[in-house]
Amino acid sequence: MSVTQTKFHTALLDPDQPVPLGLSDGQGQPAGSRFAVYRNNVASSLTEALEISFPVIAKLIGAENFKAISGLFLRQHPPKVPMLSQYGDDMPAFLAGFKPLEHIKYLADTARLEQAMRVSYHAADAAPIDAHDLQALTPEDMATARFTFAPSALLVRSPWPIHGIWTFNMQDGAPKPPATAQSVLVLRPEFDPDLHLLSEPAAICMLALMAGETLSNANDAALNDDPEFDLATLLGLLLAHGAITQLKSGDTA
Amino acid sequence: MLDTPPKFPHLPAAPGVGYKPQHFGDITTDARPVEWLEIHAENYMGNGGRPLAQLRHLAENFAFSVHGVGLSIGGELPLDRAHLARLKHLCDWLQPASFSEHLAWSTHDAHFLNDLLPLPYTDATLTRVADHIDQVQDVLGRQMLLENPSSYLAFDESTYAETDFLDEVAKRTGCGLLLDVNNIFVSATNLKLDPHDYVDAFALHRVGEIHLGGHDEDEDDHGAPLLIDSHGREVADPVWALLDYTLERSGPRPLLVEWDANVPDWPVLADEATRAANALQKVAA
Repeated sequence: MSVTQTKFHTALLDPDQPVPLGLSDGQGQPAGSRFAVYRNNVASSLTEALEISFPVIAKLIGAENFKAISGLFLRQHPPKVPMLSQYGDDMPAFLAGFKPLEHIKYLADTARLEQAMRVSYHAADAAPIDAHDLQALTPEDMATARFTFAPSALLVRSPWPIHGIWTFNMQDGAPKPPATAQSVLVLRPEFDPDLHLLSEPAAICMLALMAGETLSNANDAALNDDPEFDLATLLGLLLAHGAITQLKSGDTA
Repeated sequence: MLDTPPKFPHLPAAPGVGYKPQHFGDITTDARPVEWLEIHAENYMGNGGRPLAQLRHLAENFAFSVHGVGLSIGGELPLDRAHLARLKHLCDWLQPASFSEHLAWSTHDAHFLNDLLPLPYTDATLTRVADHIDQVQDVLGRQMLLENPSSYLAFDESTYAETDFLDEVAKRTGCGLLLDVNNIFVSATNLKLDPHDYVDAFALHRVGEIHLGGHDEDEDDHGAPLLIDSHGREVADPVWALLDYTLERSGPRPLLVEWDANVPDWPVLADEATRAANALQKVAA
């Protein structure tokens, strides 16, 4: 009898399945618990990958719960590509639909933030523009300027205080999260992504810029939300962290 | 792709270690006695950031071995062409001295299982593995090495001894072999074989690299010893003895210490590399 990889694979991911027939200890005894070595390797290595990617989720629900949830997740969503740095893309959606934890409403968005940091860490390097490139523009060109951002720059918007939750769990002495919606900009000046809490109008402006809107339109959208919005502060943050990689100006298309 | 010849075309018959990012500072300061580094290919397939920056820096001073853990050469289904293209991209820019993969499968039905899973040794699997290796060598434009696995069980349907299977694959494809001495010890213990017989039967003239690593000890249902290839501790004394037995027959080879779990501080790993250097010294011409 042939132990096909379909049989092996099915039994590997489902511990309730019997060990396939045709496997032995090399001395004529059925393989029995030896098959569990492969089951354990698969489950523990993938769980470890998820622990590395989602440390705040693990803290929020506890290490044991995280292991249990990882066990369910990895059976429903095994990796699709052989690169663990990309594993866990489905985790936020999985958490959002996971009934036993639905009372922790901020869990999925916190996972989205952790995932954004992982994506940022591995994103392509890109040379930033210089602040002078922007300062050299005429007011007219400034108004019609559009930006391209580094692939490592990512915006995460949430109705929950995800910045506060992240810092409270990952940084000693950080204050308790406030009861408010938060938007977080992930920026990676060199190798380590860091988190920047954006005001609501700044997040609106950033969202518009990332969608390819002109600086003028993005600024108007932010001012519409809050007349006190200060564009210079946001631009200063982006320039200081090398987030803008291309500047297109002079066209009104 | 670079037009310049590779800076390090061959792995030296000297100690190497599996590269871990936490050792970057130690290695760039003083790597002795380590002369070359091995990476798991799949950890360096991102688009940028620290992993690739470290690799570019280290490649100036060290020969590299790219060791794939996700190609699923023993898989029943066709090789993942997208993944093979990623391997080619990595090998083209890094220009490693060696590329190796495992006699194992890890992907099935579009699921990557992140383990080196076993296959039966039959005429059918021999043909399939040889076809896959032909394809890999064709795409990468280089010879690859194929590594012997750690086994926890055996397939009733197998008709080849593992050593014969590997030798036949190498004959058909022209690939070289990577001999993992810890895997021999683990498999021989688990399947109650004599590890020396395995070494005696192995096509040592095809070996381009030797691996060493630590294993954990467990038991099966019947209380028989069951060793787990964990790479999470020092190389065991009987494995060092088996290395000596192997080197006496093979002569010096590039010799890698793997430590992938519970990764220690650099001095502990460097001590293992020193022990490897001493083993090589004993058989130096």
